[in-house]
Parts: sequence; structure tokens; C-alpha cells
Amino acid sequence: MMASSYNAKEEDGHHSGPSSHGGAGAVKSKKPDNTAFKQQRLPAWQPILTAGTVLPAFFVIGLIFIPIGIGLYVTSNNIKEFEIDYTGVDVSSPCFSCAKNYSWDSTTSCTCSVNFTLEQPFESNVFMYYGLSNFYQNHRRYVKSRDDSQLNGDRSALTNPSKECEPYRTSEGQPIAPCGAIANSLFNDTLVLYHVDSNGTKISIPLAKKGIAWWTDKHVKFRNPGGNDNLTIAFQGTNKPVNWRKPVFELDPDDRDNNGFINEDFIVWMRTAALPTFRKLYRIIHKKSSSTPTLASGRYILDITYNYPVLSFDGRKRMILSTISWMGGKNPFLGIAYITVGSICFFLGVVLLIIHHKYDSRNSSADIPN
Amino acid sequence: MERHEWMRRQCRKLFARERDRGAVPTQSSEDSHIPPLKLKAKRTISVGHWPHQEEYRDVAQSYKGNIIHTTKYSLLTFIPMNLFQQFHRAANLYFLFLILLNWVPVVEAFQKEITMIPLLVVLTVIAVKDALEDYRRYLSDKKINNRIVQVYCGKQNAYIGKRWKDVQVGDFIRLSCNDVIPADILLLYSSDPHGICYIETANLDGETNLKQRQMVSGLPLQGVEFNPASFYIRIECENPNNDLGTFRGFIEHYSGARAGLDNKNLLLRSCTIRKTETVVGIVVYAGTKYALLLCDLGHETKAMMNNSGPRYKCSHLEKDLNNEILWCVLLLVMMCLITAIGHGFWLKQFKHAVFLVDEDMPPALAGFYVFWTMIIVLQVMIPISLYVSIEIVKLGQIYFIQNDLDLYNEHADCRIQCRALNITENLGQIRYLFSDKTGTLTENNMVFRRCSIYGIEYPHVENGCRLEMYEAKENEAAGCSVTVKSACRDKSLSCRSLSCNRSSLSLHTLAAESEEDGQLSNDFLPLTSAFCSRMAKEVIPDPDLVNKLSRLCAPMLLSGDVTFETTSSLELNYITDFFLALAICNTVMVSSPMQPQHLAQPQTLSKSLDGIKLIFQRFSLPLFSALSAHSPTRSRGSHGKTDDIFHSRNSYSNGPSDNEEDMRIEGGAENDTDNELMYEAVSPDEAALVHAAKAYRCTLRGRSADSVLVDLPGIGAMIVRLLHILPFDSNRKRMSVVVRHPLTGQVVVLTKGADSAIMNLLETPKGGEQAQETDSHIREQTQKHVDNYAREGLRTLCIARKVLEQEEYEVWLKGQLLAESNIDNREELLNVSAEKLETNLTLLGTTGILDRLQEDVPETIESLQRAGIKVWVLTGDKQETAVNIAYACKLIHPSDQILTVNCQSKDDCAALLEDLKLEVQCSEERISQKKTAEDHGGLSSGRKVSFILVIDGRTLNWTLEDASNCFLELSHSCKAVICCRSTPLQKSQVVRLIRDQLKVMTLAVGDGANDVSMIQVADVGIGIYGQEGMQAVMSSDFAISRFKHLCRLLLVHGHWCFSRLANMMLYFIYKNVMYVNLLFWYQFFCGFSGSVMTNSWVLILFNLFFTSVPPLIYGILDKDIPAEQLMRVSELYQAVHASEAPPPFVFWFTVLDAFYQSLVCFFVPYFAYVGSDIGELAFGSPINASALLIILLHQVIESHTLTWIHVFVLVVSAGSYFVFVLLFSVCCLTCSPHSNPVGVEMLQMSQPLFYIVCALTTVTAVMPRLLFRALHNTMHLSALMQTALREVE
Repeated sequence: MMASSYNAKEEDGHHSGPSSHGGAGAVKSKKPDNTAFKQQRLPAWQPILTAGTVLPAFFVIGLIFIPIGIGLYVTSNNIKEFEIDYTGVDVSSPCFSCAKNYSWDSTTSCTCSVNFTLEQPFESNVFMYYGLSNFYQNHRRYVKSRDDSQLNGDRSALTNPSKECEPYRTSEGQPIAPCGAIANSLFNDTLVLYHVDSNGTKISIPLAKKGIAWWTDKHVKFRNPGGNDNLTIAFQGTNKPVNWRKPVFELDPDDRDNNGFINEDFIVWMRTAALPTFRKLYRIIHKKSSSTPTLASGRYILDITYNYPVLSFDGRKRMILSTISWMGGKNPFLGIAYITVGSICFFLGVVLLIIHHKYDSRNSSADIPN
Repeated sequence: MERHEWMRRQCRKLFARERDRGAVPTQSSEDSHIPPLKLKAKRTISVGHWPHQEEYRDVAQSYKGNIIHTTKYSLLTFIPMNLFQQFHRAANLYFLFLILLNWVPVVEAFQKEITMIPLLVVLTVIAVKDALEDYRRYLSDKKINNRIVQVYCGKQNAYIGKRWKDVQVGDFIRLSCNDVIPADILLLYSSDPHGICYIETANLDGETNLKQRQMVSGLPLQGVEFNPASFYIRIECENPNNDLGTFRGFIEHYSGARAGLDNKNLLLRSCTIRKTETVVGIVVYAGTKYALLLCDLGHETKAMMNNSGPRYKCSHLEKDLNNEILWCVLLLVMMCLITAIGHGFWLKQFKHAVFLVDEDMPPALAGFYVFWTMIIVLQVMIPISLYVSIEIVKLGQIYFIQNDLDLYNEHADCRIQCRALNITENLGQIRYLFSDKTGTLTENNMVFRRCSIYGIEYPHVENGCRLEMYEAKENEAAGCSVTVKSACRDKSLSCRSLSCNRSSLSLHTLAAESEEDGQLSNDFLPLTSAFCSRMAKEVIPDPDLVNKLSRLCAPMLLSGDVTFETTSSLELNYITDFFLALAICNTVMVSSPMQPQHLAQPQTLSKSLDGIKLIFQRFSLPLFSALSAHSPTRSRGSHGKTDDIFHSRNSYSNGPSDNEEDMRIEGGAENDTDNELMYEAVSPDEAALVHAAKAYRCTLRGRSADSVLVDLPGIGAMIVRLLHILPFDSNRKRMSVVVRHPLTGQVVVLTKGADSAIMNLLETPKGGEQAQETDSHIREQTQKHVDNYAREGLRTLCIARKVLEQEEYEVWLKGQLLAESNIDNREELLNVSAEKLETNLTLLGTTGILDRLQEDVPETIESLQRAGIKVWVLTGDKQETAVNIAYACKLIHPSDQILTVNCQSKDDCAALLEDLKLEVQCSEERISQKKTAEDHGGLSSGRKVSFILVIDGRTLNWTLEDASNCFLELSHSCKAVICCRSTPLQKSQVVRLIRDQLKVMTLAVGDGANDVSMIQVADVGIGIYGQEGMQAVMSSDFAISRFKHLCRLLLVHGHWCFSRLANMMLYFIYKNVMYVNLLFWYQFFCGFSGSVMTNSWVLILFNLFFTSVPPLIYGILDKDIPAEQLMRVSELYQAVHASEAPPPFVFWFTVLDAFYQSLVCFFVPYFAYVGSDIGELAFGSPINASALLIILLHQVIESHTLTWIHVFVLVVSAGSYFVFVLLFSVCCLTCSPHSNPVGVEMLQMSQPLFYIVCALTTVTAVMPRLLFRALHNTMHLSALMQTALREVE
């Protein structure tokens, strides 16, 4: 409707005087351009999808997917994984008493140890995870309950955290650092692994706590409040999260550089998991030499400082040991899925082939009388 | 729409203001001979020294200036006003609602800024568009306002250049030829000696024929060189109103003389002065008044009425879409409800969970909050952006329609014009086509074919042959003639401008002229003689008639000749008057490229002509004894006449006498310019008749307001005074001129009109028995000829005359003058007066005018019928003519059975319809029986007999009133229906009946003002650029130049537009449902809390940017079947849609597919990552990526063509997504609180697992669709489609 109105105006302006009526040359042809685009004659690939044209695709997909699937399946099967639930739900479980008695308010820690046996040696680097189940780290309110500016070392955010952190924004009149529900619920069990020798001695296995967080998180995203090397001073005027025992600058008593917001356990926890059953990387057991397996088969003891209550919401805690491959952790699904889809495609290819032959002959025979 | 409203308000305000101002006390007008005006609202303008002059001057100053503002906004008001207008859209309100919802803290789903993005994008896009539009208006306003015009300046006593915007009411303005009129001015002086000025109103109504304007008469203005300084007048006229057709007021000269003013004196703004050297006028309405009215209301209202006002044409497709969107809303509400309830129950099972932030919230309340959160999260489900996309797509479609070479008419140099932007897809669903006949099926390029005078038929055999040859030649040379035609057009254009140039610049350099002349003669003239339409106008006279006519002028010495015996003088008289009527009973304007016809030369001649006239009168009176009372010596008189004629002719050749000298010069001039005369007629019939008269040397040579200059055979140029013109009126169906007969000097009424109109007005024969007999004989014969002509498909016009006695004339004149001077209901009175005059006519004869079919009309109609479109012809013509044309354009086959419904009464009509219905049913049964019998016998049945319903206007009226159902049923079983003698109202009633009762898509096509209502009522109205002005085009949705273009417009573009749009809508819904479901499935794993696994930026932009362009391209460029196939196999038009499943099924199938795809797209990554240390965003990353790939691949499967544009857009869409998320994951540290995108995508995309998951997901999701398409195309495609498609291969 706009267009028409201003056509009128343009006309009004068009006959600007005798000059525009000069001669025949002034009359411009309105003939549309004869271009392929304007005449809609652009060369086009016209995919008329019929059984005949589609069936090669199905065969090709089938032929590609099945080998990939087999490869994935084999890879997944080669990954060693060991998992142990130490929640202590059962009475027989070593951590039963800890689980039963422990709550966030407890002041003393409870420890328990779990024995387990590895049937097979773990050859390459072993990743040690803690796993939680029925823990909804992806709850909308929970996910939001953090202040990225604060974690990035912004001083003003440190003293005045974002509203999103409520109700874990301040305690005792002081801002909480790090604020929010995610930080507040930081997983704080301590896991220590011992190998029990053939002669019964407990050999502590070195667990590397560096390198478990993403490089970008550690070096870009999380930063301690700047200006002072002394974290105690840097965090002055803030309070620790309600559930925490120690302030954030004392998270790792062994390593000064692993404290504050750049504590790797903290960083790992702050990456909220996508699903309610998840695992998070806890420690890495590096392979020492090429001759000996990282974890030989045999008896092991897991010492747990039981700080994290999960029974109230029916949660479970696990410790997982796993090697990884190029495709990540152990997961037979992808291999199976690839093989299945590949086979289906192949099968459909055959079906299409039959249909193609049937209809093609029918059509061509029907065409002949025409 | 809003703009329209705004304009109206603005104008109302304006008028109110004017009215207040108009309340200036009027001067008493006792001395006036014109009754005081009863103008309710008036304005007064005075010039010179009047009492209360200052007061008036103030008033005049306070009238609006001539500056025009058509812009909607100013710099300051732009943002608030534009926003205000934009929030009238429901879609924007929806977005606004979401934003507000997001501001509620407990409900908040995303960052506040992010929810605003969609709205901001939409608002910005539209605001930029509006701003640009407004800026263009501003520029054009500025250009117009700053044009220079010559305005009289009292101080310098000269005309000085002033800008248009500075022109004020009361200013004197001087304009030259080809100037555009800057304001509404009253014509006070014209360089034309008759006080005439010609204007072209093309800027107003698109009509290019020249119109006459008359300077104010009755004032001592004429003749003198106009000097504003010595000019004292007062003008009182009505206040501005939007009626362009009327203007009332009076002018008072200082001498006390008063003159009435009417429309004839007013030069409207933005018209162009033509063929008049200089014009001076006084501004009565400046600027805003008419400027607004014309530029905006005039055009705007017209355009509004046509585009969105009363005929907002909603497409069926959009109705379906609304249904589908309702389903989407329902789906959305269901999803949100499920989530809300799920959240409630989920929350109930927890006590003291460390991840619960608001632990104490009661589950029901939490569920309620989640419901609203989900409304925000799943907002994309309702494809609001679809509406915007549809608009864009339709614009694109229109772009391609307008650029189609096959819809371009080289002959007229015009493209198709799409005036309605929102109904392109309606073109693809047309079931009924209603066509006008004249100018739509036919050229409306009238050619005189034959005539009958005095009851004697003149078959014009050679003329007929020539026309046929011409037609054959044209068909043969269709290819090459085109250029010639356009050349002809060029010529005529240049001719016109040339003539203007000369008149304005009479002493112009000769070089330029001669150059142009040379060009004309060298390039164009030889060519024009071959094919130019002017050629078609040239009539080869019938030898018989020429013979008889030559009796008038040829040497009557051969009195003993046989021809003289057979040609009675009465007949001769009839013949002369017949041609005289043809020549002057019209409103044709004459122009000659060689010299401007101001009747200047005749003026100098007039004295000598008068002398000649006297001589003629003296000797010719006896010849016209039938007319004149005193005819005592008939034979002697005629002898005397012949002698005199002979003498005068001799004197032509022998020796120049004073009088004849001039005559001969004139005669010489005649020979030179004869071929150059150009007629500009309002209707082509008139032009054809004038050309016909010219062929018999009865040439119309010039016209002024009150006289015409005609050449009479053998006599030469004569001035005929036009006493009155009673213009054509569609109710009267005739026009008349009252003239003083050039030969007899009597007052004669010459009437030309439809036979039905004329035949009823004929005089009941009086006088002698013989005369009575002749008279009735003439009448019978003529009626017979009229019927014959109609049967041949010719248009008939009857010519009649009436001789008025002086007293009779004077009596009537009084009435007429009274009517003319009446102000309040002038129109009616004039009509009454005209009817009073047009009685007791004497029939002279009748003409048959050939209106040739446009090219390819039969093919087009056949093609459309094969496409399943029922073609109806609604015409105002006679039944015989209509049927004949229907045969000619193969609407009726010779084997078809014609059912004619002509009834005399209502009851008959109903009964007849019932009878016909039974008959049709019986015969249909018979046919089906026969068919089964034949099938059993194994014979292939021959051509099916179909029925054609022919109904006349009167019967149609009764039918529409009472028996519409019966009519519908009957017409349903007929192949075609022809309604003849139908009025414009009936046409629209028929269209409305079909549209409303059968609920089908209707299309109406026509070219004239009588088709406007039909065009407006139909779902798609198509106007044809014709010879009859622009009304049809102005009210149409699409304007084409030839009927044959319909074929391509419907079969190709209609089909494409429809299938493109239908597919795009489905795709859009699919896309949204598919994407939204991904978010929904996630709710089952996040405690129904309204979490999303995607960064909210990506979530919003996914729909807004990454996947928005491909559907548009798909909607604009997709071609399911190539154009050639659609044109050749017109059955495809409907078969394609018939072969597809019904819309609801397709919709649900699509939604189901979307569900499946989203399930795959969510759960394959889910199972791939379940139990692992995958983060929330890292989990969303492969889901998003594969969703994008699936959505794009889905489009590739669904689209029928892939050009480089498609590929480009698809690649860019996918590419932009990956670039964006990668950049985002690198750069966004704290830009997106609550989510933590840093490094996620980089890490994900560096892992092979990501690609493995994406590949599996995409293939699994797309496979069923691919399989379905392949199987469907292989197994279920109709044979028709297959042949079409196979031929492509």
C-alpha cells in the first residue's frame, strides 16, 4: 500500500517540465531484463528423489556407517572402566554410618574406606572421576546461581555479587565469594587411592590434581581478584559460602597456585553437568613408565573423607576409574547405533532397489503404448 | 491502513479549519443576475481594491500555503510514531508480551536483552523500511515544493519565478505548454482565442486523452491581453472537498458582473498543460487542500480502497495457516502444561536437595512459574516470524512476476503491474474466471466494418477483406511486427510532444524540427503504413455509398443518371446527416502533428465561410425538402443547386474569387494534413466512427468548446456550432449533440447510442402514408441489420436525429439553462433535460463496428478450461454479439448445446431454470448411460456434449433475487456461462454469488470502469490496460496488458506462488516444531525446570538468522515443475494439488516428522553422552549443530530446484552458525551470564566424537524423509506428474 501511494507522488514529480518530453529517445523501455535470474531460468540441479536416484545414497551410507560402527564398538570395548558406589545406602556398606549421620552442619569429618579389586590392569593414563546421580546440576535456578564477573576476578563483583546469587549472595552481612548455589554445593569429599601390595602394604597412588580443568577455564574464565598476590588479602571482606568449611583461598593447602577461584576442583564443579547422572574428573593418575601398567590388577583401598550428603535427595556417589580413547570414555551405544543405522540403510537400499526395478519396468512398459 | 486513517483524520482536521475560516460575511449580491450561492462552506478570494480588502487579504493569507507534506514523520516524531504504529501488529505485541514476561524475576528464562532481540530486529527492519520510504517522500516533496512557477508580483508588475511552496491562494500564475499545474487554479486567461486550455490528467487518473478547460466566461476578460494589475475580482467558492468532479462558486468582477464557476474552469493540481501556449489563472486552493486530496486521498483512497480497504483479500492459504498456527499454540500450551505439572511432581520428591535454590516454594506455585518460563523458552513454536517471512516472500514472488518477459507487452511497452501484494498464491487456486468481453477478450480497438443507412445495407466488402488480410498478416508477422508497432507508438508519442513544442515555441529553431521531421518520415512513416493500428482505422469506403454520396457534391448535371433515380434526395439527406453525426456527435479531440489546432485558421476563414454557407443555404434548402417546410420547387431548386455547385467548383479551378481563394487554401491544407490528423477519443468506438466518416470525406478537423470544424464532401470546411453536448451516460446509453445544421441552418439533435436505447425513442410515424411506410420500412430493415451485425459479432450503434423547431428549441433551452445554472442537483436536472430532448427521433441508420479478438484468446481460454477453470463471460453487449464472440474465442464449440434463458417475468424465469436443470440432468444421465454402454461395447466415446448457459441481464436480475440456488446448480453443470446485457452491479453480484456460495477462488478480469465492482469483489481482480482509462487497473490486484497473459500468470506464476508458499509455510512450521521439541525433551532431564542446553543467544539467533534465509529463498525461487511443462500441460494446474494429501493431513504429517527428527536429534547425543562428564552447553553443542544440518538438509530434500543461490544461502547459513558459535566461545567471557560458553564449542569441535554424533544424528533424522520422498515419487505420483517430470529428465 505504500508503494502505490508513492507511485503517485513520483508521477507528480516525474513530469518535471518540457525537458522530459524532449523526443523519442527519452522514452525508456520498461522491458524486463532478459537475465537468467530475472526470468527464473538459473541453471538448477533438480533433485527428483525417486527410488532409483536415492538408493545409491543408502548403500553408501550403509557401507560407511557399518565400518565406523565396528571401529567405535571395538574402541569402546578396549576402554577399561571401573566404578564403585560409596554412598553407603546399604547397612553393609562401609560408609553407611557416615552417610546416615552426616549433614552439612556437621563440624567433624567422617571417614570411611572401601576395598575393591581391579581384575584387569589399566595400561594408559587413568582418569579418576567422582560421579553423582540424581543430582540436578542443570536445574534452571541452580544453573543461574553464579556470578561470572566475580569468578573472573572483577573486584566490584567480588564485593557486590550479582542478584542471581540469592539466597547465597551474602552471609553475615558480607558478600560471599564465590557466591551462588553452584559454588555453595561444591563437592567436597576427599578421595584417596591406595594400592594394596601382594604383601599387604598400602601404597599411596599419586593423584595429580592439576590439569583436570579446561585450559580456557583455568586461564581465561576464572581469575582471582587481582592486585595482590596474597589471596587472604585479596578476599578480604568476603565470606565463605555457607556450606564450606574453608574459605576459597584455602581450598588447596598443598599448592598455593591452586587456590582461590582458579582451584581446579572448583572450576570443574562450576561447569554444570548436562544430565542428572554425571561424573566429574577428580584426579589423573599418570602413567609412570611404559613397562608397568598405571594401575596393576589387584586389591585397592579407597579412603573417603565423607563430607557430601546426598541421601536427602536420593542421590548416589560413585568413584570411577577409566582410561580414555580418541572418542572419549567407554560408551558402547555409538558403535551399536552406527552398526544398526548402517545396516538399516543398507537394507533400505536393497528394498529401494527392488522397488526401483519393479516400478521402473512398470512405468516404462506403461509408457510404451503412449 | 493506518496511513489511510491518518490521512483521513488529517484532512478532516484541515476541513474543519477551513470551514471556520470560511465563515466570512458574504457580500450582498443584489446586483447579480445569478442567484446567490447557497454554499454551506465557502472560501472567498479577492484581488484588487475591495471594501474590507485587508480582511480578505488576511483570510487569504491564512489559507494553507502550497507547500505539501506527504511525509508521515518528522525527525522528532519518527521514533514514537513509528513505534506506536508498529505495535498495532499482533506479532509485535506477542513479542512485547514475552519481553514483559521475562521481566518477572521468578519466570525469567533468559537475559532480558536476549528476549528483546527478536522484537528489536523486527522493529528495526520495519522502521528502517518506513524511514527510507518517508525519506523518499520527503525528497519528492522537496522537489515538488521547490519547483519554479511564474507568479505575478504586484510590486514589479511582472511574472517572477517563485517556488511552488510559496504560491498562495489568490496568486496569479502563468503557465506555459507542458507545465505542471502547481495548485488548483481558476482559468482566467488562455492564449487560445477561444479561451480554451487543454490539460492532461495522466497524473491524476492515468487518462492520457486531453481534456478541455474553459476560461471563466461572462466576464470582460477575453480578448484582452491579461493584466493582473488592473484586475479586480472577488471569487467565492466552496471549501475544499475531495470530490474531484465538481467545483462550484462564482466570480465577481469589479464591474459588478458575475459569473458562475464550475469544474470546467478549474485546473487541478498536478495535471499538465498541453497544446496551449500560455495560461493565466488565480489560485483558489493551494497546497494541502488538493495536494493532499490528490496525491494522497485521491490516489491514496483509490489505492487504499483497492489494496487493503474494503477489499482486503485474504488468501485461503493464510486461513489454513491461521488454523495451523492455532494448533501450534495448542501444542505450545500442552508442552508448557506438561512441564509445569512435571515440575510440580518432580519438586515434591525432594527435601533438602543441595541443588534446589528455592527449596521452600510450594510445588504448585513452582509449576505455575515454570509454565510461564516455558512460554518464553518455547516462544519459537509460534511462528510469528512466518508472517514477516510470508510478506517478504510475496514481495519476491511479485518481483519475479513483474520481471517476467512473457508478461511484458512490447507493443504497449508495459509490464504486468502487481498492485496487491498479499494474494499471489490465490492465483494458483482459481476455479472460476469471470471475464468482461470488450477490451478484455477483444482488442477494444474498434474498426468500422459496415453500416446501414436509410434501411439499406452497405456491406463494405473490400473493407472486410482488408480487415481479414490485416489480421492474417498480423498473425503471420507477429514476430516482426512488434517492433514496428512500438515504433508507431513512439511516433505518436513524439508527435504529440512535438506539436506542443511548436505551439509553445513557435519561433523555435528550424534545425531541430527538421531533424525530427526527417527522422519521422524516414524511419516511421513507411513502416506505419504496414501494421500500425492507425492503419486499421483507415476504412475503405463502400463504392455504392461513395457513389450516392458523390451525388451531393458531384456534378448534378447528370441528373438523368440511373443512380440519381435510385437515390432519392431524402436518402441523400439521411446519408449526409448520418455522416455528419458520425463526425460531430462525439467528444473526440483532434490534433495534428503539423500544427496545433486552435481553430485559428478557421477563425480567419469564418467570414468567407459564412458567405458560402449563405449560398449553400439558398440552394440547398429545396434539396432538404423533407426537413424544411418551404419546398415549392423541388426539382428546379435542385437543379439550381447543382448549377451553383458546379459553378463554385468551376470557380475553384478557373479563377480565384475572393471567397474561394481562402477555401482553396484551406482545401490545399486539407490535402496536406489529412493524413496527419490524429483523433484522441475517450472511447474507441467514437474514434472508429470518426475515422469512418473521414473515409467518406466527412472529416472532423477541429474542435473548440462550442463549435467543430468539419469537412463535408465536396463542400469543404465548415464550422458547425455546437449548441449543446449531452454527454454519454451509461443509464441513457446514448449521447447527443444539438447543432445548428450547417446546411439547413435548423437546430438539429444528432443522437448516437445503443440500439436498445434508440429504438425506443423513435418517433411514431406521422404525416403521409407513404412517409409512414418508408419510415417503418427503414426501421424494420435497420433492426434486421442490427441483428445481423450482432450475429456477426459486431458492435452496433444507431444513429438518429431530430429536427427542432425554433420555438421547441427555445422552450427546451430554458429548461436546459436552468438545469445548468442549478448548483445543487445539476446532474439530475441535466439528465432529465437530456431525456426530454431525446424523444421522437428519426432513425438514420446503424453502424457495425468490428472489435477484433486479442491474439491467442481462444488458446488461452482453452488452456484455462483444461486447467479446470470455468470461464464465464459477463458483458454488457447484446446476446447475439456475446454468443458470437464466445464462438470466436472457442468458449463455445459448435457441438455444445446452448441453453438460453431469456424470460419476461420472474415466475417464468424460475420455471425455466428448473426445466433446464432437469434437461441437463437427463442428458447427463443419458451421456453417462451411453458412456457405460460404450465402455461395454469397447468404443471410445467421442466429444462430450457440454452445455453453455446464456442469460440476459433482466433474467439474471430475477435469478439473483430468487433462484440463485437453482442458477448455481444449473451453472455448475454447464461448461461456461455467458451473461449478456449485464450491468456492473450484476457482474459483481454474480461474482459474489459464486465466491460466497461455492466457496471457491474467483478471478475477475476486465478493462473498463464497468468492471470495477466485479474486480473488487473477486478474490483476484485483474485489470487490463485498455483504451478506456485506468479505473479497472486502479482497482485491480494485477494489471496486465493482454488477455493471453492470464494463461502464464495463472498456470505458471499462480502455480508456483501457491506451491512455493504452501511449502514454505509447512517448512517453517516444521522447523519451529522440530527445534522447540529439542528444548522440550531436555525438560525431562532437568527436572522440568525450564533449563535449556543451549546458550540463549544461539537459541534466539538460531531462528532469527541461521535458519531464516533459506526458507525465504525456497519460497521465492523454488520451481516444482518447469514453466514450459505448466504451460503445455495445463491440467497440472489443479492436478498437482489434487494429488497431494489434504492440508490438515500434510500438516500433521509434517509435525509428526518434526517430532521424530527432534527425538533423534536429542536422544542420539543423549545416549552418546549419558553418564559422562559432559557439561550443559557441551551437550547442546552437537544437538544444535545437527539440528541445523537436519533443518537445512530437510529443505534440500523438500525443495525442487537447487541453483547456486540456494547452495550459497545454505552454505552461508550453516557457515554463519559455526563461525558465530566458535567466535562466541572464544570471546564471550561474561557476556552471557548464567551460561558459560567459553571454550565449549572449540573444545567440542576439536573432538572427533562431536562429528561422529552429528553424522549419526543427521543421517538418522533425515533418512525417513528421504525414503518417504523417494517412495512417494516412485509409487504414488500421478501419471500426469510423472510424465511432466519425466520429460524434464
